[in-house]
Amino acid sequence: MKCRVCREPAVIDIRRHNANFCVEHFLRYCRDQVVKAIDEFEMVQPGERLLVAVSGGKDSLAVWDLLNDLGYQADGLYIGLGIGSYSDVSGEHARAFATARELKLIEIDLRDEHGFDIPTAAAVTRRVPCSACGLSKRHLFDAAALEGGYDAVVTGHNLDDEAAVLYGNVLRWQTAHLSRQRPTLPAANGFPRKIKPLVRLTEREMAAYCIVRGIDYLVDECPMAAGNKHLGYKDALNDLEEKSPGSKHAFYFGFLRDAVDRFVDPDTDARSLTECQRCGAPAGGDLCSFCRLVERTADARPVPVEFLGRRKNRTDKSSGAERG
Amino acid sequence: MLVRLRNPQRELEFRGPVSVQRLLNQLELNRESVLVIRGGTLVPGDTTLADDDVIEIRPVISGGSGLLAPGR
Repeated sequence: MKCRVCREPAVIDIRRHNANFCVEHFLRYCRDQVVKAIDEFEMVQPGERLLVAVSGGKDSLAVWDLLNDLGYQADGLYIGLGIGSYSDVSGEHARAFATARELKLIEIDLRDEHGFDIPTAAAVTRRVPCSACGLSKRHLFDAAALEGGYDAVVTGHNLDDEAAVLYGNVLRWQTAHLSRQRPTLPAANGFPRKIKPLVRLTEREMAAYCIVRGIDYLVDECPMAAGNKHLGYKDALNDLEEKSPGSKHAFYFGFLRDAVDRFVDPDTDARSLTECQRCGAPAGGDLCSFCRLVERTADARPVPVEFLGRRKNRTDKSSGAERG
Repeated sequence: MLVRLRNPQRELEFRGPVSVQRLLNQLELNRESVLVIRGGTLVPGDTTLADDDVIEIRPVISGGSGLLAPGR
């Protein structure tokens, strides 16, 4: 198998483009796709400061690496979620990456600064851990970006992520979510701009990018995410992709081209949002969702991640159904 | 050859030579969901793996909190 560009031995085959690339031209391909996404969806203007949501996984480290390689001014923000050794190791990967490249990494520890962690929040709210995790991360990334004067929050969502979210939202016709599923969300109503420069690249391509760039990322999946719905959606889409390469791209970019503008976001009506009385963030009532979570978990005893796993297993066995 | 897999972590023995694609078919793994690594280097689907190779099959799929509700 030879590189489509230079005919040297290839290291990766990308079936949806009917292309194979050597290391040099695969890296160029990744950079070109990010540049194309940034331009096409008007993500960044010259001179703007970016805040990258860093988890220590492949996508966040890859997007941070790519943006710096392309000359953007991008700092990182890592949130310690308190998910046992998984969080310890993910933090080590994020710090090692930043130190080696002399990049600025801001850190927030959920328990130290807000009094709870994700396993405890999941136990208190009796909802899937990913719910409290997503809510907390979105709130803290938004707040840090606004406080630090950053022009946009960057996330490492890739084509697989976006196609899987779209799949789930279409299955349930979540029209408000569909209206917001864009690679660029402009700043509005107290929220900072959010951008996803990896939407033209797949999860497999991002893992390959990290390997050829020598980026040491956390390979293991979050123990809280195991078996969640979105992993199932990704499996289903990858089954389609294997039979018909390009399906994920056609599904997501067809939606952006022909359908997303048909859906209306109720939150664009500023009258539906107020200001959180505690932190000042946009809120649907007196308190924002994050501050309500802080209040609910204030008196809770910390729940070890292992305990939550045992409880989940017992629930699954007894009900015979997948939760979350 | 020795094949290292994750989730759960395990090692399996396979007889070479065999192509990457054939190995993945035997393991019932989707090409879109994994990368195949030999000696720290990526190998594409048509590569022939030798009997004495040590291979890592690395999953690439992740999915967590940020995916639940897009946007705000």
